[in-house]
Amino acid sequence: MPELTATRPESRTGRRRALPKLFWALALTLGAAVMLFPFLWTVITSITPDGTLASGPTLLVEDPTLDAYRQLFDAMPMWRIVANSFWIAIASTLFQLITGAMAAYAFTRIAFPGRQAVFAVYLATLMVPLQVLVVPLFIQMTRAQLSDTYFALLAPSIASAFGIFLLKQSMESVPRELDEAATLDGAHHLRIFAQVVLPLTRPALATVAVFAFMGSWNSYLWPLVVIRSPELMTLPLGLATLQGQFTTQWNVVMAGSVVSVLPIAIVYIFAQRYIIAGFAHSGLK
Amino acid sequence: MSTAPAPVASRPRSDPRAASPKRTNTRRRGWRTLGWALLFLLPSAIPLTAFTLVPMISSAWVSLHDWNLISPMEWVGLENYRELLADPRTWDVFANTATYILGYLPLVYIGGLGLALALNRAMAGIAFLRGAYFLPVVTSWVVVALVWQWLLSPSNGLVNTVLGAIGLPEPGWWTDPTWAMPSIILASVWKDLGFVMVILLAGLQALPQEVLEAARVDGAGAWRRFWHITLPLLSPSTFFVVVISLINGFQVFDQVNVMTDGGPAGATQVVVGQIYDLTFRYGRAGDASALSWLLFALVLVITAIQIRGQRRWVTYA
Repeated sequence: MPELTATRPESRTGRRRALPKLFWALALTLGAAVMLFPFLWTVITSITPDGTLASGPTLLVEDPTLDAYRQLFDAMPMWRIVANSFWIAIASTLFQLITGAMAAYAFTRIAFPGRQAVFAVYLATLMVPLQVLVVPLFIQMTRAQLSDTYFALLAPSIASAFGIFLLKQSMESVPRELDEAATLDGAHHLRIFAQVVLPLTRPALATVAVFAFMGSWNSYLWPLVVIRSPELMTLPLGLATLQGQFTTQWNVVMAGSVVSVLPIAIVYIFAQRYIIAGFAHSGLK
Repeated sequence: MSTAPAPVASRPRSDPRAASPKRTNTRRRGWRTLGWALLFLLPSAIPLTAFTLVPMISSAWVSLHDWNLISPMEWVGLENYRELLADPRTWDVFANTATYILGYLPLVYIGGLGLALALNRAMAGIAFLRGAYFLPVVTSWVVVALVWQWLLSPSNGLVNTVLGAIGLPEPGWWTDPTWAMPSIILASVWKDLGFVMVILLAGLQALPQEVLEAARVDGAGAWRRFWHITLPLLSPSTFFVVVISLINGFQVFDQVNVMTDGGPAGATQVVVGQIYDLTFRYGRAGDASALSWLLFALVLVITAIQIRGQRRWVTYA
């Protein structure tokens, strides 16, 4: 403990503030290190040579090697699988944004007969979990000879009732005076949609984009059901398949995990603010 | 979920003006409105019908049949449901799912709340710290499951190596019926902690500062302020977390499928795992569909109860 100084009251409050600050900084940093450690451990394992894993784990790898990565890329078409994950996630995000924003516009701006009823049907689809749909969807795809295709992979995530609901909430709060003014200027729905309403719904669009991308990127059950060919797999399915082949070769399985975390981690580092805001926004509605 | 009637102001107001001279005019306008509505709705209506509505109806239809996916369907009425409810295996998978939720939800909520309170301060590097805690959220379930399977590997995993070094017993984790579910819960809490933290942090930052300040001036201690002001005012965010976690909890599958595949000896078989196995391992599509509807009904009822019950404890400021 440092000596008490003359200006006792002041230094006391000063210390009272400084100490907890230091405490929290240390505690939170330590906690973050614990949270992040499994990622570090994944990387360490992936560069450990085959034989040394059985004798127990070591933090410092004596002779690091990229051998596990070589085995990984020999066993699975990894580049293709990473590319699949990306393009499927981007496509389903774009589809959900377009279909969702248009539907939300119709529900908030076009007074067509039966609007409430149609919206209720949309809401009903929101509540049905994927598990109810998996079996019949699989059968449908198999009958149409579409199972094990990109189309089957993408089809269920072209439109999302969740996204439509979120966007509708957001469009509800765009002042109607704006589009009424545009109507008086002779603008039709497509122009009002694209030039008035959409720009003002940007935060909700970002939230929907984040959820759509993450949802597709992480999706496992549906690809597991509908995809067989390794060239059509996305990362989660590819990884699970890999584990089936390399059960105890943890360095190869962890190399696969690194390859699947790396792209999303890079996206995350650059878009962290929007991603966290997107998740936070979903809770405030 | 209730669909409130649209506010009166946004109702079409064509009716009173539909006097005879303008009738053709309004009719044309009506067709035009319908055309616009179709243009804007079809892009979502077609996929939602084809890939959600139709499968939903056909799932209900399949659930009334015996069907092995190959030979023709055989009508059995509600027999599948009756058999499922009489089968102890069904109750096991629901009990396992409930065990998962009962372990997962309190841990992830209390942990997430603690983190949110700790991270709700101005500090150098706070954004980086929040980001670090959130990283597992963007990691896929399959990766999370694999990484934890390796960390908790009974023979040469890191956790048991450390436990052994300090002389503690080394459980068999996901290979041991008693420890398999705790292993899954641990991995799931690690993944979702950041999600709960972000939702609660957003709630904390939206709290009216005047109220907290007034309580502080009145001499309420930190604990009382937390218990009597912060927590009640945070209840809408808490409610959201609980509803979402319960819905997701009942649908737990990915991490279970990868970590234990329902084992050992069925100790971690959850409802969705059972649906999957019934269809693709045992070729009992009718039973699988019936089970999925039982699950859906249960989730609906529980969510409805929560929404009704929220009046008692959720305070909207």
